[in-house]
Amino acid sequence: MCDLTLFLPLSRGSAGKALRERFMMDTEKEAAVKTEQGIQELSAITVRFAGDSGDGMQLTGDQFTDTTAMMGNDFATFPDYPAEIRAPVGTLPGVSSFQIQFSKSIIFTPGDMSDVLVAMNPAALKVNLTNLKKNGLIIVNSDAFNENNLRKSAWKSNPLLDETLKDFQVIKVPLSELTKNALKEHPLKLTEVDRCKNFFALGMMFWLYDRVLDHTVDWITKKFAKKPEMVNANIAALKAGYNYADITETLPTQYRIPKTKMEAGVYRKISGNEATAIGLITAANLAGKTLFYGSYPITPASNILHDLARYKNFGVRTFQAEDEIAAMGTTIGAAYGGAIGVTGTSGPGICLKSEALGLAVMAELPVIVIDVQRGGPSTGMPTKTEQTDLLQVMFGRNGESPVVVIAPKTPSDCFGMAIEAVRLALTHMTPVVFLSEGYLANAAEPWKLPKIEDLPKIEVKHPVAEEGKTFYPYARDEKTLARPWALPGTPGLEHRIGGLSKADLTGNVSYDPENNQKMINLRAEKVQRIADDIPELEVRGEQKGKLLILGWGGTFGAIFQGIEELSGQGIQVSHAHLNYINPFPKNLGKVLANFEKVLIPELNMGHLLMLIRNSFPGVNAVGLNKVKGLPFYGAEITARVKELL
Amino acid sequence: MSPDTLVPEPLPYQKADFESNQEVRWCPGCGDYSILATMQRTLAKFKRPKHEYAFISGIGCSSRFPYYMNTYGFHTIHGRAPTIASGLRCVNPNLSIWVITGDGDGLSIGGNHLIHCMRRNINLNILLVNNEIYGLTKGQYSPTSKVGTVTKSTPMGSVDYPINALCIAIASEATFIARTLDSDPNHMSMVLERAEKHKGVSFVEILQNCVIFNDKVHAPVVGRENREDRMIYMEHGKPLLFGKNKSKAIKLNGLRAEVADANDAEAKEHLLIHNEKDATPNYAYLLTQMTYPEMPVPFGVFRDIERPTYDELVLDQEKAALETRGKGDLKKLIYGSNTWEVKA
Repeated sequence: MCDLTLFLPLSRGSAGKALRERFMMDTEKEAAVKTEQGIQELSAITVRFAGDSGDGMQLTGDQFTDTTAMMGNDFATFPDYPAEIRAPVGTLPGVSSFQIQFSKSIIFTPGDMSDVLVAMNPAALKVNLTNLKKNGLIIVNSDAFNENNLRKSAWKSNPLLDETLKDFQVIKVPLSELTKNALKEHPLKLTEVDRCKNFFALGMMFWLYDRVLDHTVDWITKKFAKKPEMVNANIAALKAGYNYADITETLPTQYRIPKTKMEAGVYRKISGNEATAIGLITAANLAGKTLFYGSYPITPASNILHDLARYKNFGVRTFQAEDEIAAMGTTIGAAYGGAIGVTGTSGPGICLKSEALGLAVMAELPVIVIDVQRGGPSTGMPTKTEQTDLLQVMFGRNGESPVVVIAPKTPSDCFGMAIEAVRLALTHMTPVVFLSEGYLANAAEPWKLPKIEDLPKIEVKHPVAEEGKTFYPYARDEKTLARPWALPGTPGLEHRIGGLSKADLTGNVSYDPENNQKMINLRAEKVQRIADDIPELEVRGEQKGKLLILGWGGTFGAIFQGIEELSGQGIQVSHAHLNYINPFPKNLGKVLANFEKVLIPELNMGHLLMLIRNSFPGVNAVGLNKVKGLPFYGAEITARVKELL
Repeated sequence: MSPDTLVPEPLPYQKADFESNQEVRWCPGCGDYSILATMQRTLAKFKRPKHEYAFISGIGCSSRFPYYMNTYGFHTIHGRAPTIASGLRCVNPNLSIWVITGDGDGLSIGGNHLIHCMRRNINLNILLVNNEIYGLTKGQYSPTSKVGTVTKSTPMGSVDYPINALCIAIASEATFIARTLDSDPNHMSMVLERAEKHKGVSFVEILQNCVIFNDKVHAPVVGRENREDRMIYMEHGKPLLFGKNKSKAIKLNGLRAEVADANDAEAKEHLLIHNEKDATPNYAYLLTQMTYPEMPVPFGVFRDIERPTYDELVLDQEKAALETRGKGDLKKLIYGSNTWEVKA
């Protein structure tokens, strides 16, 4: 079995007791401390960059994040962008935003409400104002508040001139004008100059949080290496923004978030989809096999395909199929041929793949299906997050069709869970569904890099013909009930498989009623026995008590944050988080029985709740459900807990 | 010539080597029996051992085919066989892979996959068994049924215009395209052999008789009494001759094919000479437009051209990536471009 402690997100620190104690200390919110240079110290801050989808907000956010990482803070990010590639400029649907929380202590969420909003135009201000804390800081590009933009973003009057923003600290910065002035010596067209204003804003933010510019300067130099005039202009805008903030005293004061006490080691920033791609390649390497990834482009899963396509020198073969069904079909074909067959998609793609996934169940082939869940039903909200596919992947196929279902809980956890998906598929000869989420896919956090030599190999055996022995394609391993993975091309093992009901042992077509029941039972038992091959569920906090929060997938961060906040208020609540949903960890029933109530927060209308109530009818389970395309806020968790206690 | 050379080298395999132990369960008189036997007989002619073959099928009567071949076989789901075969090919360049499909499986529910499989030129042999009817679901009209076909689902006759399998193959730029028939095993064997030898996708339409639901649908063309005048067996580099004593041929009139007297000295100069190697698809498409009852129907190889295969190109890219970047270093991959260290 894979040592999962390696991959737990807590491995930023270790999952040990000492660390937990430290969390408690760190989360006691400290009052801002004035330091000797007039810089105020804060324990955590949430910043949101918002602008038109063409304003480069994701890039700005990424740069801010990278520098935050280099300066030793823990962080979590939340990119939130529209499905439209370039919605009309200045309109509400065109707003793209990027939120980051960075902190002195360990965190797993991008923060609930933001402390600071950088708004590049009236639409960005309008869309994001509801998400700003009272007394929060707004930095706006006042140049963009002209009549035309105000009309397009449905402001009745200019909010910079009326009472709309009276509860906030508003810093009006003529970003376009200042950038233009700063770049007047640069040989650029006016439109190009205007595009540098995000770096001006970023420079201001770097000053505000006492950050260095080096990393972004390096990045700009590399990024625009072929256009030296753009390098110079962007760096000039960045520095001008920094100096403007420094000299003009436009901003109230400078803040500093002390370094986070993280476990020693080498770290990088990673998003869920990146971690998934890297995890798959690592798993293929651990198994000594070719990785085949058959996929049809779909938001928010596509960048797994993009990432993998770049790694041909790792023996990765990507196949952009003609449709979702073909993506599943090629993946089954690749697994039949002995490769690690993986397909990736989102909810609508799962619908289309379902029949073929049933074939993989019947043929008992090891395929991995990555579902990066998004808003539904139908096309829904493609760029927004949900957890609404759980019941679909559990039951959305014809016939009795059990598959393994696992779910990562943080962006970096996608790495370890991708390896787990491959390990379980190969060891148990079964399809495995990896339920990721749009939120995890795009959000980034620091990842303490594992030692490759510590990762256990994935053992794979393919049968060969034995003299005088008949080969049975549906013979089973005594312990796991896995059937042999005999590869086409192996002398003496010629056999036929398919979607028709299989006779035990031979795999021949069979309509025998008793045999059919037996095979149904065997396939179900095979999946259930995986409970012996996965870690038991751990409870953070008291092992017995009034209330357990049981989460799964990407709600981990919000639940963690909620519990920390409650703990700060003297309310102790326990937390267990499911990485494995089918089968459940074998101690789950015992864990649940130790609590009077179990709260299950989910970004759906109660999928896990239904499964838990069905499997453990004695448990008093209640839900916290939200389907708004957004992750939970920690505050929503705390509010529900208080209702229940 | 020494007497030794007169004795042919014994073939390593017999037809029986390719027969599985499963009882064949097609209807008595079904054209699939002949296709199965011809396939087994043809494979026995090659030196490739049986474990190097994989037969992949979808759903339909003909898709039971893999069960009866003592090779590797995968009876998949409706219309999707080309996708499973493509995935298999991408990870195993050595197998001989055959896709067995039908007019419903390949041209209706699986039409999309068929098109894309062919335009990619994946090295597969695709046999489309065309009987112009849904057999396994007990006799509904299929996408190749002629207008007016009366079935259970079209009691007043079908109104949708049929699709021409070979036109789809040409439009998809398949590199090997052929037509044969269940009742001429020798011709079928020749076509199968050529399909196997072709590098890239080979698409073969086999006109097959469904004795239960669409009996004799092809008889007006291939029936014993009609075939001389209504079938053309094409040969590369030769005129398209047919009729009694091969007295008729095809000539071009503008952009149309038309029947000509093969012996007319004047017409002779304008006769169409069969060219499988034509790089453009126009000529092959013209041949597919020769349909009963207006024209005699061509059989044999319509097109046999070379184009790099998808699977080759994939391996080439992999090789190039290895040459320029070296074998992937897992540590570098995990570390990425930006890391920072937290000291104890």
